[in-house]
Amino acid sequence: MAEELKLYGTWVSPFSRRVELALKLKGIPYEYIEEDLHNKSPDLIKYNPIHQKVPVLVHNGKPIVESLVILEYIDETWKNNPILPQDPYQRALARFWAKFIEEKILPLAMKVTNSEEKEKEKVVVEMFQLMKVLEGELNGKDFFGGESIGYVDIVATIIAVWFQVTQEVIGVKIVSEEKFPVLFKWIEKLKSIDVVKECIPPRDKHITYVKARIEAALLKSAPN
Amino acid sequence: MAKEVKLLGFWTSPYVYRVEWALKLKGVDYEYLEEDIFNKSTRLLELNPIHKKVPVLVHDKKVILESHVILEYIDETWEQNPLLPKDPRERAMARFWAKYGDEKLLSAWKATWLKGEEKAKAVEESIEALEKIEEELKEKKYFEGEGIGYLDLALGWIAYWLPVMEKVGSMQLLKEEKFPAITSWISKFLSHPVIKDKLPPWDELVVYFDEKREARYNSYYPKQREN
Repeated sequence: MAEELKLYGTWVSPFSRRVELALKLKGIPYEYIEEDLHNKSPDLIKYNPIHQKVPVLVHNGKPIVESLVILEYIDETWKNNPILPQDPYQRALARFWAKFIEEKILPLAMKVTNSEEKEKEKVVVEMFQLMKVLEGELNGKDFFGGESIGYVDIVATIIAVWFQVTQEVIGVKIVSEEKFPVLFKWIEKLKSIDVVKECIPPRDKHITYVKARIEAALLKSAPN
Repeated sequence: MAKEVKLLGFWTSPYVYRVEWALKLKGVDYEYLEEDIFNKSTRLLELNPIHKKVPVLVHDKKVILESHVILEYIDETWEQNPLLPKDPRERAMARFWAKYGDEKLLSAWKATWLKGEEKAKAVEESIEALEKIEEELKEKKYFEGEGIGYLDLALGWIAYWLPVMEKVGSMQLLKEEKFPAITSWISKFLSHPVIKDKLPPWDELVVYFDEKREARYNSYYPKQREN
């Protein structure tokens, strides 16, 4: 019986790209469907009625949503090239760091982008503190997963790629080589992996996209 | 002889209780250490320097943080009485609803100390969430079927903490007629031998959350000062 695997995502979503990365690392064939989030397909709404977001993985007609949940689903369903470690404690650590990135770093990063000038400085300092903590976790390893990339590296591609683009556009440098040499090295190593390169939005297109979004946000909040 | 499993907690926290329920369901012997979260101990700050929160599970010197992460660690380390289902898709559903539940727990809490339109909006959001959870539960005895499991523990706050919030927030979210499945599940859940012996004292819990609610309300809506 043929497996039917579909992934609904967008070219610029770090969340759907991380799922693609996991599928590619395991060599799992899938059909990719590009969503236009301003014009959501009936399928997306059917498969993810609660959040109506990407990514959605549909396996043999049944949907799985939320990127971290999808990553664990993929790891449990296709056991080759494991993403999570085998040991329960190492797994707990990996899950902890993924949550740290999702629940602490990402919301703060949004604040950096969206905050007013006077608040920005304070938020950037907070951000440096969080990044220092994350960098500490690398601690002599090539990747968060050890010698090869794993769950946390996949989740952290948002920092390695998406943060860099946004920071270039808004002119705020968070992960510089001087301040975070270990993290910087990790980013270089990560981005040089072929399968990771396949899951990164084309740089110029990405920069244009972020610029447009920031301009639109400024226009929306400008006084009349 | 020192116990190899220790749990740092606070007596009002639903996040801590779900871990205790898990340990008890598995028959794991543990030492409970009450932390004063308003006057954090050196011990807590050393074990959880990043978040400075409970629960913290210490097993053989390994420190595990975050209640959902701890539940999975417990399930993987002590394999008797499995909490999560075997099937990857069912596991994914349980994880999804656990995360959803915690987001909505915060909405329900907010509804207690907000007023006016903001309160109405938070109440509406909470009721919508309960409707989705009601649909997910349907005719099942527990969320994962016949036996109590991970998702029952993760959503256990609905059975006990939500009524506390309804009381201190003067609101009714869980009308029996509207939520028959959840109502029936609550009564089964609270009468489960492990759960019924491990719940915070009701009256004290109400007093605690009422005080917290008032404090939040006062800081969110500061009284107008005269110039």
